[in-house]
Amino acid sequence: MTDIAATAPVHGHDHAHDDHDHKPGFFVRWFMSTNHKDIGTLYLIFAIVAGIIGGVLSGMMRLELAEPGIQYLHGWAQFFDASAGDTQAKHFWNVMISAHGLIMIFFMVMPAMIGGFGNWFVPLMIGAPDMAFPRMNNISYWLTTVAFVMLVASMFYPGGSGLGAGTGWTLYAPLSTTGSVGPAVDMAIFSVHLAGAASILGAINFITTIFNMRAPGMTLHKMPLFVWSILVTAFLLLLSLPVLAAAITMLLTDRNFGTTFYDATGGGDPVLYQHLFWFFGHPEVYIMILPGFGIVSQVISTFSRKPVFGYLGMAYAMVAIGVVGFIVWAHHMFTVGMSVNLKMYFTAATMVIAVPTGIKIFSWIATMWGGSLSFKTPMVWSLGFIFMFTVGGVTGVVLANGGVDTNLHDTYYVVAHFHYVLSLGAVFSLFAGFYYWYPKMSGRMYSETLGQLHFWIFFVGVNLMFFPQHFLGQQGMPRRYPDYPEAFAYWHHISSIGYAVMAVGMLFFFVNLVYSMVAGKKAADNPWGEGATTLEWTLSSPPPFHQFNELPRIA
Amino acid sequence: MKSLKTLVIAAALSLGAMGAGHAQAPAAAPAAAPAATTTATPAAADAAASTDAAAPAGDAAYTPLKPVAGVGQPIDAGIDFQPQVSPVGEQAYWFNHALLLPVITFISLLVLGLLLWVIFRYRAAANPVPSKTTHNTFIEVIWTAIPVLILAVIAVPSIRLLAQQYEPPSKDALTIKVTGYQWYWGYAYPDQGIGEYVSKMLNEEQAKAAGEPYLLAVDNRLVVPVGQQVKLIITGADVIHSFAVPALWTKMDAVPGRANETTFTVNKPGVYYGQCSELCGVDHAYMPIAVEAVPMEQWKAWVRSKGGNPDPEAAEPAAAAAVPAGPVPAVSTTAPAQTPATAPGATPAASPATTN
Repeated sequence: MTDIAATAPVHGHDHAHDDHDHKPGFFVRWFMSTNHKDIGTLYLIFAIVAGIIGGVLSGMMRLELAEPGIQYLHGWAQFFDASAGDTQAKHFWNVMISAHGLIMIFFMVMPAMIGGFGNWFVPLMIGAPDMAFPRMNNISYWLTTVAFVMLVASMFYPGGSGLGAGTGWTLYAPLSTTGSVGPAVDMAIFSVHLAGAASILGAINFITTIFNMRAPGMTLHKMPLFVWSILVTAFLLLLSLPVLAAAITMLLTDRNFGTTFYDATGGGDPVLYQHLFWFFGHPEVYIMILPGFGIVSQVISTFSRKPVFGYLGMAYAMVAIGVVGFIVWAHHMFTVGMSVNLKMYFTAATMVIAVPTGIKIFSWIATMWGGSLSFKTPMVWSLGFIFMFTVGGVTGVVLANGGVDTNLHDTYYVVAHFHYVLSLGAVFSLFAGFYYWYPKMSGRMYSETLGQLHFWIFFVGVNLMFFPQHFLGQQGMPRRYPDYPEAFAYWHHISSIGYAVMAVGMLFFFVNLVYSMVAGKKAADNPWGEGATTLEWTLSSPPPFHQFNELPRIA
Repeated sequence: MKSLKTLVIAAALSLGAMGAGHAQAPAAAPAAAPAATTTATPAAADAAASTDAAAPAGDAAYTPLKPVAGVGQPIDAGIDFQPQVSPVGEQAYWFNHALLLPVITFISLLVLGLLLWVIFRYRAAANPVPSKTTHNTFIEVIWTAIPVLILAVIAVPSIRLLAQQYEPPSKDALTIKVTGYQWYWGYAYPDQGIGEYVSKMLNEEQAKAAGEPYLLAVDNRLVVPVGQQVKLIITGADVIHSFAVPALWTKMDAVPGRANETTFTVNKPGVYYGQCSELCGVDHAYMPIAVEAVPMEQWKAWVRSKGGNPDPEAAEPAAAAAVPAGPVPAVSTTAPAQTPATAPGATPAASPATTN
C-alpha cells in the first residue's frame, strides 16, 4: 500500500495511490463483510438506531412521569393491542423500563464502544491489517442484529399481563419465570443469549488480535490506552458472559421444562439467580465504561498536546478495576437478606474500586497540567466526562455502604447514580470518540459550532434530568414506578424538562451528522495536529480499504 | 390513673430492653394518658372521646392516627432524607450527613476546581508550548494513598452502622410476620394471636376522604408500639417484593421461600409510609406500606380490637418456640442488645442526627 514500513510512522504520505482497493460490491461488502472498518461502521449505525429507539422509550417514560397520575400509558398500550385496559397499560410501563435498559446496555453502549470503535481502531492503533478472525467478526455483528430484532419483536408477543416482557432488564426470577407467562420473556431471554454469544465471539477476536497482531515494536506497554481498555474489556466479557448465559438458560428451563433452579418449592432459590446475574452484571458496568476511559485518555492527550500522564498506572488501574469488578457483585443485592458478614465484605470491597478510579481521574487532570489545551468538540465532551463521571462515582461510594444502601436501594438515587456514570459517563465518552474519530472514519469534518452546541445543550439537559433524581431518591421515590405520590411531582417535572432539553441537544447531533456528510470539509490525514500520535493518524482519511499491508515498525 | 401506672411500667420495661427507650420514658408517659391522646389526634377527637368514656377501667382506646405533613412521607419538592424516627435511622442519617455528604461534595468540587484551573491556566493561548512531563512518582503515590485513607475513615462508621443494624433482636421484641403478595401486604402477629390480615392501597377518593396521601395510604396499617423493638419476619408469596419504610431506614426483600429478618424501633408516634421496592409486576407501584406507631397502651387496645391478646407473657415460652425463627443473622455482633449501651440517655429521642 504505502511506504510506511521500515521506519517510524510517517505523516502526510500521499494517499492518491490508495485507490486500487478492490472493494467488493454493495451486498457482499455490507452484508458479508469481513473488513474490520466496515463492520465497525455497521456497528456504529446499528448503535445509533438502537440508541434512537432506546432514547424514544426514555422520552415516553419521562413524558408519563412529568405529572402524577397515568396520562399516556393507556394510549400507548392500545397502539400495540387495541383492547388494552388498565392492566395492559401498567404492564406496558414495565415493558418500557425493561426494553430501555436492555437496549441501551446491549444494543447501544456495547455495540458502539466495542463493536464500533473497538473494531475500527484496535487494528489501526496496533498496526494490524485487520482483526484476527474476520469472518467471526461478521457473525458476531449479525448475531447482535438478530438479538435486537428478537428483543423488539418480543414487545408484540404476550408476556403475562400484557404484551412484551415486563421483568426489568435484570430478569429476576420468579417474576421472569412463574410471574410472566407467554413467549415474550422467552424471546427477551433468547435475545440476551444471542447478544451475549456475539460479545463472547467479539471478545475472543479482540484478545487474539491484540496478543498476536501487534506491529513489530508495538509491545504491550507501548499500546495506546484505548487498546488496553478494549483488552481488559474483552477479558471481562469472556469471563462474565458465560455465567449470564448459564443463569438465563436456567431461567428458560425453569419456565419451559419444569426445573426449579430458582423456585423454592422445588428446592431452588430465587436469590441464586441474582448472584449469578450480578456476577455478570457488575463486570458489565465496567465493560460499558472501560472503553470510554480509553477514548477519553486518547482525546485528552491529543488536545493537551502531551503524552498521557502515568501511562503504566493508567493501564494497570484499568486492569485493577477489571479484577476487583469481579468480587463486588452482591452490592446490587444488599437488601435480599444476606448475612451481616457478607454485607461488610461487599461494602469494603466495593469502596476499594474508588482507588483505581481516582488514579484515572487525577491522571487525566495531570495529563492536561502543563499541556497546551485546545477545546475542540471531542475535548469538551471528555472534560464533561471527567466531571460527570466523578459525580456519578462519589454517589457510588455512598451506595457502597451497605447500611446507607438500606434506605437508598432501588430508589431514584440509584437511578441517578447509574445514569451519571452511564448516560453522562459512557455516553459522553461515546460522543467524544465519535467526534474525535469521525473525520478519520468518514474523511469529512463535522461542524465545530454544531458540535459545541450539541455538547452544551446535552450537558445542561442531562444534568437537569438526572441531578434532581438524587433528591427524589433521598425522599424515598422507588424505581420502576409509573405513578407517584403528589409530593414527588416537582422534581419529576424538572427531570422531564431536562429530557426535553437533552433531546434538543440531540437534534444538533443529527443535523451535524447530515451536514458533515453533505457539506463537511474534507478531513486531513491528521486534523488534530501534533498531539495525535497514534497510528490511525498516519493513514489517509478515510483509511484505505486494506491498511498496513506492510507492517509499520514502532521505534 | 391505672393506665398511666401500667404505662410507666411498660416504658420501664422497654427501657431495659432498648437503649433508645431511655429518653422516651418521660416524653411518652404523659402522652399516653387518655386525655392527652385525644388532643394529639384532634381530627378524631369526637370518636375518641366517646370511646374513652365507655372504656372500662381506664383502658386506652385505639383510634387510627392521622399522618402529619413532613413526617413519614415525602414533602413537596423535598431534597433530603425523610426525618428519621429510629435509632438506626438516626445513626445512618448522621453518618451520611456528617461524613459521606461532606466528603463527596469536597471531592466533586476538588475535581471541578482542578478542571477549571487547567482549562484556564493551560489553554493553548496561555501556554503555547506543552511540557513533556509524564511521570511523577511522588504525586502518584499521594493520589493513591489519600483516597485509601479517606475510604478507611468512611469504612469504620459504615461497618459500625451495619453491626448496629444487624444486632440480634432482644427477647421481648414484638414479632410480626410480613408477607408480600401481588399486589398487597399481609401482616400477622403470631405472639398476640392476630392472624394474617391484608393491607391494600386506598383508591384516590378513599385516600382523600381519610386525609391521607394517595398512593401511600392503606386500609389496614401495620401497627406497632412506640419504643418497643419490632422484629419483622418477611417473605414473599409469589414473586419478590420489598418491604421498605424510608423514615424507619428499613428495607428488606420479601423473597418466596425465604424468611428474612429485620428489626426496627420507632421512637416517635406517627404514621410512616413506604412503598414496595422490588419490581413485582403490574401493580408494583400500587402496594404501599403504612406503619403506625402508637404508645403502648393504645397499641394494646388495637391488639384487643383485632381480637388478639396484647400480654402473652404467660404463654411466652410456648409462643416463642412456635414462631419460625428464620435465618437469624449469622453473627453475634458487638454490643449485646439487652443492655442500653448504645444510646446516651441525655439525647432527646425525637431529634434526628444526634444519637451516638
